[in-house]
Amino acid sequence: MGLESVVGDQYCDLIIEFCNLLIHFVLLISRQGKVRLTKWYSPYSQKERTKVIRELSGVILTRGPKLCNFVEWRGYKVVYKRYASLYFCMCTDQDDNELEVLEIIHHYVEILDRYFGSVCELDLIFNFHKAYYILDELLIAGELQESSKKTVARLIAAQDALVETAKEQASSISNIIAQATK
Amino acid sequence: MNPFSSGTRLRDMIRAIRACKTAAEERAVVRKESAAIRASINENDQDYRHRNLAKLMFIHMLGYPTHFGQMECLKLIASAGFPEKRIGYLGLMLLLDERQEVLMLVTNSLKQDLNHSNQYIVGLALCALGNICSAEMARDLAPEVERLLQFRDPNIRKKAALCSIRIIKKVPDLAENFINPAASLLKEKHHGVLITGIQLCTDLCKVSAEALEYFRKKCTEGLVKTLKDVVNSPYSPEYDIAGITDPFLHIRLLKLLRVLGQGDADSSDCMNDILAQVATKTESNKNAGNAILYECVETIMSIEDNGGLRVLAINILGRFLSNRDNNIRYVALNMLMKAITVDAQAVQRHRATILECVKDSDASIRKRALELVYLLVNESNVKPLTKELIDYLEVSDQEFKGDLTAKICSIVAKFSLEKIWYIDQMLKVLTEAGNFVKDEVWHALIVVISNASDLHGYTVRALYRAFQTSEQESLVRVAVWCIGEYGDMLVNNVGMLDVEDPITVTESDAVDVVEIAIKRHTSDFTTKAMAFIAMLKLSSRFPSCSERIKDIIVQYKGNLVLELQQRSLEFNSIIAKHQNIRSALVERMPVLDEATFMGRRAGSMPATVSTSTTTSINIPNGVSKPSAAPLVDLLDLSSDDTPAVPSSTGGGGADFLQDLLGVDLSPAPNQPGMKPALQNGTDVLLDLLSIGDPPAQSSLSTSDILSSVQDNKLPVAPLDGLLSPSAPATPVIDLLDGFAVKPPTPENNGSAFPSIVAFESSLLKLLFNFSKPPGNPQTTLIQATFTNLSSDSFTDFIFQAAVPKFLQLHLDPASGNTLPASGNGSITQSLKVTNSQHGKKSLVMRIKIAFKMNNKDVLEEGQINNFPRGL
Repeated sequence: MGLESVVGDQYCDLIIEFCNLLIHFVLLISRQGKVRLTKWYSPYSQKERTKVIRELSGVILTRGPKLCNFVEWRGYKVVYKRYASLYFCMCTDQDDNELEVLEIIHHYVEILDRYFGSVCELDLIFNFHKAYYILDELLIAGELQESSKKTVARLIAAQDALVETAKEQASSISNIIAQATK
Repeated sequence: MNPFSSGTRLRDMIRAIRACKTAAEERAVVRKESAAIRASINENDQDYRHRNLAKLMFIHMLGYPTHFGQMECLKLIASAGFPEKRIGYLGLMLLLDERQEVLMLVTNSLKQDLNHSNQYIVGLALCALGNICSAEMARDLAPEVERLLQFRDPNIRKKAALCSIRIIKKVPDLAENFINPAASLLKEKHHGVLITGIQLCTDLCKVSAEALEYFRKKCTEGLVKTLKDVVNSPYSPEYDIAGITDPFLHIRLLKLLRVLGQGDADSSDCMNDILAQVATKTESNKNAGNAILYECVETIMSIEDNGGLRVLAINILGRFLSNRDNNIRYVALNMLMKAITVDAQAVQRHRATILECVKDSDASIRKRALELVYLLVNESNVKPLTKELIDYLEVSDQEFKGDLTAKICSIVAKFSLEKIWYIDQMLKVLTEAGNFVKDEVWHALIVVISNASDLHGYTVRALYRAFQTSEQESLVRVAVWCIGEYGDMLVNNVGMLDVEDPITVTESDAVDVVEIAIKRHTSDFTTKAMAFIAMLKLSSRFPSCSERIKDIIVQYKGNLVLELQQRSLEFNSIIAKHQNIRSALVERMPVLDEATFMGRRAGSMPATVSTSTTTSINIPNGVSKPSAAPLVDLLDLSSDDTPAVPSSTGGGGADFLQDLLGVDLSPAPNQPGMKPALQNGTDVLLDLLSIGDPPAQSSLSTSDILSSVQDNKLPVAPLDGLLSPSAPATPVIDLLDGFAVKPPTPENNGSAFPSIVAFESSLLKLLFNFSKPPGNPQTTLIQATFTNLSSDSFTDFIFQAAVPKFLQLHLDPASGNTLPASGNGSITQSLKVTNSQHGKKSLVMRIKIAFKMNNKDVLEEGQINNFPRGL
């Protein structure tokens, strides 16, 4: 019998495969609902991503300031924290440690702060790729990678230096070429 | 020179986009930039590839399409320099996901980079692999990752460990290769490696029993020692958070110990001391400390029983619950739910505090608390708890009322100690939040009322009082139904209880109530239709009001809602012309059978079960009623939607007659269908007018009646004729007269498909009900009902089905993903199957049911071959 697998709910395959993921996705939204960073550790299609972002910003941005930092959403839990004009959100499983996720968010923010020197929203807009690089040193496959802020900062600095060296080389080469062809 | 290729800098593009005042402006800027990038891609421009991809990522983040840039990522990854690779891998993770075929092309580059001499490039490749690798890539690259677990630099080892997690989740068969290298990571000193190594071991235990056994034997003691060291470690600034050294490491250690200790007394014993130390020594004034306590409590609850430790854990939760921080209270409520299975008594002690949380201003906390209260209810505390909840219903937020009402109704139904208490509580809920009460709930209430013969008088008087103060829809419906049935008891104060205040209600007061229900503009069509029937009944119960009722009814003879118009005409004619049969027609409903009703609600009873406790006529109702003919169910309470205009009004009249006599005849008998289980509740209520005395056997079959009606009726009923009550009703009346003499034997429509038990195991049962949508014989609607036969509840319940190629299957979302224990509720899910070989081949289906029981994954599989023929 040629079987065609049919899945009822578009999310159920995700649930099967990723039930043990610490963090399903990371989302940075501004107070105005603009997306500043998204990182997906479970496979969501582009359409689902847009829908998730729209739904969540609707829920989170409207919550009052004194309420708890957890929102139950579609059988998952979204842990969020506001820093100035930005909401940092991480989605986790229903029975995972919300307090720890809150601590991870703070960990990330502190690293960003150290890197940019008192980080603000504009830093993250114009240097969004840097924010991603830092996140990639912190989380892989939705799991925590490093608990030392210093180590993350050192690794990022080393890679930035590599990029700088490559740039300098490139410009000196092009200078040499320019000189030669003059 | 291409005009676009010079391009703008990334920074300038972001500025330009930010400067846009409207969405249209932004779209224009993005369109222009996208065009430039595309042109640059087509020219294979190497210098700007790096910048283009950065721009694309920004555009992607704004939600615009960027698929055309996917290949650029691959090219950048394939180039030699670190800067190109860095941005290339970032783009790969951002713009692609594991489901895209393009990803396969990157496997080779990944393999090379995993073997690169530059460790940062190895790191990039590991990160990308960990975030998006597919099962195929996992198989291809697992040996490289395994090797990197022993790489000289710890930062690569930690990345490789997380990457391994992804690999073993994708391909669990590979787990055994990772057991030994993972175990050696546990001995490391570097925190990053330790954290990721522990995580890898935890995940290995989940996919491989062999790994669990191995780590349990070889590593438990070592892990306990590591935890001891980190708990007692002196201040270390690098890992310090709020005075605690590396809470993340604490948490991961506790998690792995939990997995190892679960179901194993020896290893549980081994970790008792350190758990006690963590539980008592950890500072709880900062979030980091509380996160550790949270994990510690979870571990204590999960490992093998040690009474002392559990007391400690429950005490921590008690402290959490009284914390001022909302986060901590939320967490406490969540954990207490799990603690209930361990020590219900201890949780009960916090009942008052939990009840306060139900009234919190924070929706997340309220929701958790309500769930918890629901679990706390037992026979001894149900009365005060219900009272508290109902009192709170009055003042709660509108958006919370739905949840709250559903839970109260469920509690009241589950613990209905005495009928009078049940009725009282339900009336309170209906009065306060009737609009939030689900149909099946008030249907059930009517069934209970109908069975409580000694409370009929009490109930109808209570409803009469409640009606004066509340306009909630479902309260009005129940009130109208009861007044129609028991109106005489209302007026004569029959069955007065001691607790009641005496009340004087005249016949005309009772009619007033029903009239208000008909005329109130908030009443919807179902309520009005029910009120009409109540009117008809009252016209017989109170002969003195008969004229007034007739006047009220006749006002609706031109109503735009066809259903009401028709009832108006028909009832008017019954009142005016058929005094002789009216009293028999509107006799009190036979007692509705609770067992049948409950069984139908659960969908587990054969649909044609007959009521056995009543002596009156048994009518197999609602079995083969196609939902596409709403007029058939003249008295069907569930026909909320506006009925379709029937092709002939005469036909509608005939249908009415059939219902009147309790016969369900489908107008298209070749497409019988069954109502979904949810609606079945209404069917019991359907036979409002069924005749109380048993009918004589008659040779006249129902289909003959139908044809005779159709023979008699006017081919086209003119509209003005419709408005005069008598003209089109003529054939109806003739039939009515005939029936009064010799009612036919109700006949069940035999062509309905019987329900089947599609799947049954020791844990659960799956029942299929079938129906066919009219006009489409190839399609079958299946209502699947899952019942839990075990004594543990199932969570994360997922049903999947697969069918052969000649079938098409569509699944609607299930009604829930939690299945309470021992048949205490069910999950329903609708399926639609289209059989392209209808008539030649019958249905077959393969099913997979996955759920968690006691936190263990369970998978049930089976094939269904016993579908009824002809679907």
